[in-house]
Amino acid sequence: MTDDQNKHPEEQVLMEGDPDTTGHVWDGIKEFNNPLPRWWLWTFYATCVWGIVYTVLYPAWPLLDRATPGILGFSTRENVSRDIAEFDAMNTDIRAQLVEVTLSDVNPTDTPELYNYAINGGAAIFATWCSQCHGSGAAGVQASGYPNLLDDDWLWGGTIDDIHYTVSHGIRNEDDLDAHYSEMTAYDEILSDDEIAQVVNYVLNLSGQAADMSLASAGESIFLDNCAACHQDSGMGDQFLGAPNLTDAIWLYGGTPEAIEETVRYSRFGVMPPWSAEASDAGRLSEAEVRAVSIYVHSLGGGQ
Amino acid sequence: MSATEEPTKLYAAREPVFPKDVRGKFRTLKWAIMLVTLGIYYVTPWIRWDRGPALPDQAVLIDLANRRFFFFWIEIWPHEFYFVAGLLIMAGLGLFLFTSALGRVWCGYTCPQTVWTDLFFAVERWIEGDRNNRLRIWRKGMDFHKFRLRVTKYAIWLAIAVATGGAWVFYFADAPTLLTNIVTGQSDYVVYATIGILTATTFVFGGFMREQVCVYMCPWPRIQAAMMDEDTITVAYRDWRGEPRGHGKDRDGLGDCIDCNACVNVCPVGIDIRDGQQLECITCALCIDACDDIMEKVGKPRGLIDYIALTDEAHERAGNPKKPVWKHIFRPRTILYTVLWSAIGIGLTVLLFIRSEIDMTVAPVRNPQFVLLSDGTSRNTYDVRIRNMTHGDTTFAFSLTSDEALRLELEGVDGLSVEVPADTTHLQRVYVLAEPGSTAADAERTDLRLWLEDTNSEARTHQDTTFFGRDME
Repeated sequence: MTDDQNKHPEEQVLMEGDPDTTGHVWDGIKEFNNPLPRWWLWTFYATCVWGIVYTVLYPAWPLLDRATPGILGFSTRENVSRDIAEFDAMNTDIRAQLVEVTLSDVNPTDTPELYNYAINGGAAIFATWCSQCHGSGAAGVQASGYPNLLDDDWLWGGTIDDIHYTVSHGIRNEDDLDAHYSEMTAYDEILSDDEIAQVVNYVLNLSGQAADMSLASAGESIFLDNCAACHQDSGMGDQFLGAPNLTDAIWLYGGTPEAIEETVRYSRFGVMPPWSAEASDAGRLSEAEVRAVSIYVHSLGGGQ
Repeated sequence: MSATEEPTKLYAAREPVFPKDVRGKFRTLKWAIMLVTLGIYYVTPWIRWDRGPALPDQAVLIDLANRRFFFFWIEIWPHEFYFVAGLLIMAGLGLFLFTSALGRVWCGYTCPQTVWTDLFFAVERWIEGDRNNRLRIWRKGMDFHKFRLRVTKYAIWLAIAVATGGAWVFYFADAPTLLTNIVTGQSDYVVYATIGILTATTFVFGGFMREQVCVYMCPWPRIQAAMMDEDTITVAYRDWRGEPRGHGKDRDGLGDCIDCNACVNVCPVGIDIRDGQQLECITCALCIDACDDIMEKVGKPRGLIDYIALTDEAHERAGNPKKPVWKHIFRPRTILYTVLWSAIGIGLTVLLFIRSEIDMTVAPVRNPQFVLLSDGTSRNTYDVRIRNMTHGDTTFAFSLTSDEALRLELEGVDGLSVEVPADTTHLQRVYVLAEPGSTAADAERTDLRLWLEDTNSEARTHQDTTFFGRDME
């Protein structure tokens, strides 16, 4: 507590033995000009050497089209390929099991390991190959006629074997002769406008929606003559033909009078590529992958 | 700066420090603390604790692979990580408390850098003798005697360093198994790399860097200045009693300090405490022991160097007797830190006792928000993670409560029960359904509470979530 501390910082006298200051003053605090420890300097040199050695050993300096490769030949791409190959090798057994097993026997209670592998692997395959049309949550896109895979309404059947067949061969494609094939007639030029109005109201009534009952009753015979061959007399459809059930609450292309009229006049078709590489040249997935994604889709809440 | 003046040196070599052996109450305390802290560190991984056949029998284990932390009877799962966060906050507040009350007491007694450096000093003293011997050996050129002493010293240091780096890894795996694997060369390279790095840092920091770590590398000395005030107890020299210092039997006009340099010779960081508070001082109190010893020999009262606070100077200069230490320690700041520290401690303890052995998290699947089924039923999906922290296979039953009529179903399971093996988690997809035309089906959202019951113990837990219906507005 000397008088010195009350003076302007630059006038303060340093204590005996103190080093010089740097001349910098912040709010009256001065900075001693202490020398850095020498090991600090050597540490700095060591980091410089480390940096140079590193750029020689590892990919570092950017060139026009790539970086210098480094003499150790390190490559993150190769690491990834190696990791993938490693995991593929680890999964060989379980994939073989998946191909051998009867699909309906795979469930979380009896075959938990296989089930978990199929669900997780299937989810990844779905995200890669299926989500473009069916959506990342598998809820489909009604405006484009991509079906919702979460509900219990299936065009081509909702058992695990049905799903497996559909995934393997696809729908309405030229690549796989076993593909599902559905055909609906466009009635625009076959039925009159009145008849179309009548059959639309009949279909609306089938599914319990508000309809003009006088038109609907007139539509029954038109439906039986033209539609029942595929959709059945009851209107409940036929999964063998891919004819949708018209009596339930689910509409692939929309259940409004306008949407149904559009379907009747011009018909609607869905397409899906075949995925099984074993069934056709166009297929991109192995049997184990097809089975995994089938089990995954079956587990989403609509599986039968 | 005139041209004849030598330019300022930018770099300086380290001044080696040769602390002299000292005896006294603080030295004894430091030995005791070293014994306890190092004992805890080396022995803990070897303590066994029976948890039954399915779980590890190591008392303290950080099981990274299975994401579990075991501490005697306590088992922490990842979702209870707040316990670890709480302990870290307590450790932080504890440091604040001790620093505001007792200055750098952490640095002086318990910091690993201090403890291991102290141990390395002890080895050095044992091999090469006390301060004067060591100085002589350091000054003389290399010969066989010096070489032999150096090699012996480094070998013992290295053994301590290997044991230190080696002990660390045992906290992360079953210690006996890991030791066998390490010795037989079967362990993963990560184990050897960890041991190697920690061995190197222990050897270099304890043997060569020493006070340089505290002065140049550690941020803590800079931070704690913010936590100290004029009532904080630190090691200081009573210059109003000691000055003017001087040798000799004729004490006329001289203070109590006989300028024997005992305090300087024992200092492990190589400073003179008589220059006042310094950044380098870790308040290890060895200078107090050294000075007290001298004061007793010359027949003066002890405490020329002592644990005192800044305010003591004015107080004692005015002729008052020494203020008791507790009057410095009990002040609003330390009481506040104690209250905060205890509050978190009590909170964590209570949480530990009331936490449930069953637990679930409910993640509503909102892609899509709801699914319309063919009969018009609205369905929402929830991914439920069940954690069975009981040590037995357990059947869990789901149920729900809500103001509206809702129904539960489970994916892949008939009924509403699932079995989860002991000490595992299980992901179950749960469906909540609302009949067509029901209030919940047509409302935008309906609150519901999912219940999970352990059918053995009838313990229950619940989570609130929301059902999204078709907004019929």
